[in-house]
Amino acid sequence: MVEAYLRRGPLAHRSLPSRIEADGPRKSAAGLWLAWRPHRAQVNLRGDASDAAFIGAVRQAIGIDLPLKANTTSGGGDVKALWLGPDEWLVVARDGREGDLAAALRQALAGMHAAVTDNSEARTVIAIAGPRARELMAKATPLDPHPRVFGPGACAQTVFAKAAAIIDQIDDAPTFELYVLNSFADYLWAWLERAGEEYAIAVVE
Amino acid sequence: MLLIPCPYCGPREEVEFACGGEAHIARPANSDRLSDAQWSDYLFMRKNPKGVHYERWNHARGCRRWFNVARDTVTHRIYAVYKMGEAPPSVTP
Ligand SMILES: [Zn+2]
Repeated sequence: MVEAYLRRGPLAHRSLPSRIEADGPRKSAAGLWLAWRPHRAQVNLRGDASDAAFIGAVRQAIGIDLPLKANTTSGGGDVKALWLGPDEWLVVARDGREGDLAAALRQALAGMHAAVTDNSEARTVIAIAGPRARELMAKATPLDPHPRVFGPGACAQTVFAKAAAIIDQIDDAPTFELYVLNSFADYLWAWLERAGEEYAIAVVE
Repeated sequence: MLLIPCPYCGPREEVEFACGGEAHIARPANSDRLSDAQWSDYLFMRKNPKGVHYERWNHARGCRRWFNVARDTVTHRIYAVYKMGEAPPSVTP
């Protein structure tokens, strides 16, 4: 955890709060809603998915069953897990939970062949929503964003406008949360503003 | 653009992958007793077939796992995808 006074998200210089205020009246007419969710607890977890003891220990530590199906998520109340690979997950929660989640996992997994790494400061979250959000996803990624194959509960690691990203569709709006490396966030925001222009953008809370 | 079926994630576009060259090259166990020619053969010499090639791919921008692909170097057709450690399937083009 970084000291609060040193902490500045990678889009802080864009004065988004004043954009949100200015765009408020245009939200209903906009096809694309962009939001920045600066800080989130993100704990990378690795372990053997076929080991019932591992899955059970994680359940005991953070209260959810890890998603075992590729490219899906589980949980979603306080704590959520995103499938990253056959033996790798990203456990996410609100900012500030990273310390206790990582400690609980480490304690529950002590002695097991597993790894717990707090990666919270590596990535920031940009949310893309609105009636034209799927069209933007189709333009940005090589994934098929059609609801037949990608819906709420689906996640994927892919390239988004050439940058590596983790995509999590959180609802049917549809809202896509994009986990991107802090150093790519400003580039991606600039790309979104340009590429989303044709759908009419509103920056929202 | 190839559509490559990752054994974990399913079909994804080629931009998400990195090719790791020829598969199933075992490191010689007795490397200290090899001649320079034998060692360089292990290090550098690769098949370059016109037809089916067994190669390693990494889902670099996806799940980041390595796996094997049997691909036709002429048509780019992918005949089989299989996990690391599995024996190469026999393929008839
Ligand atoms: Zn994959």
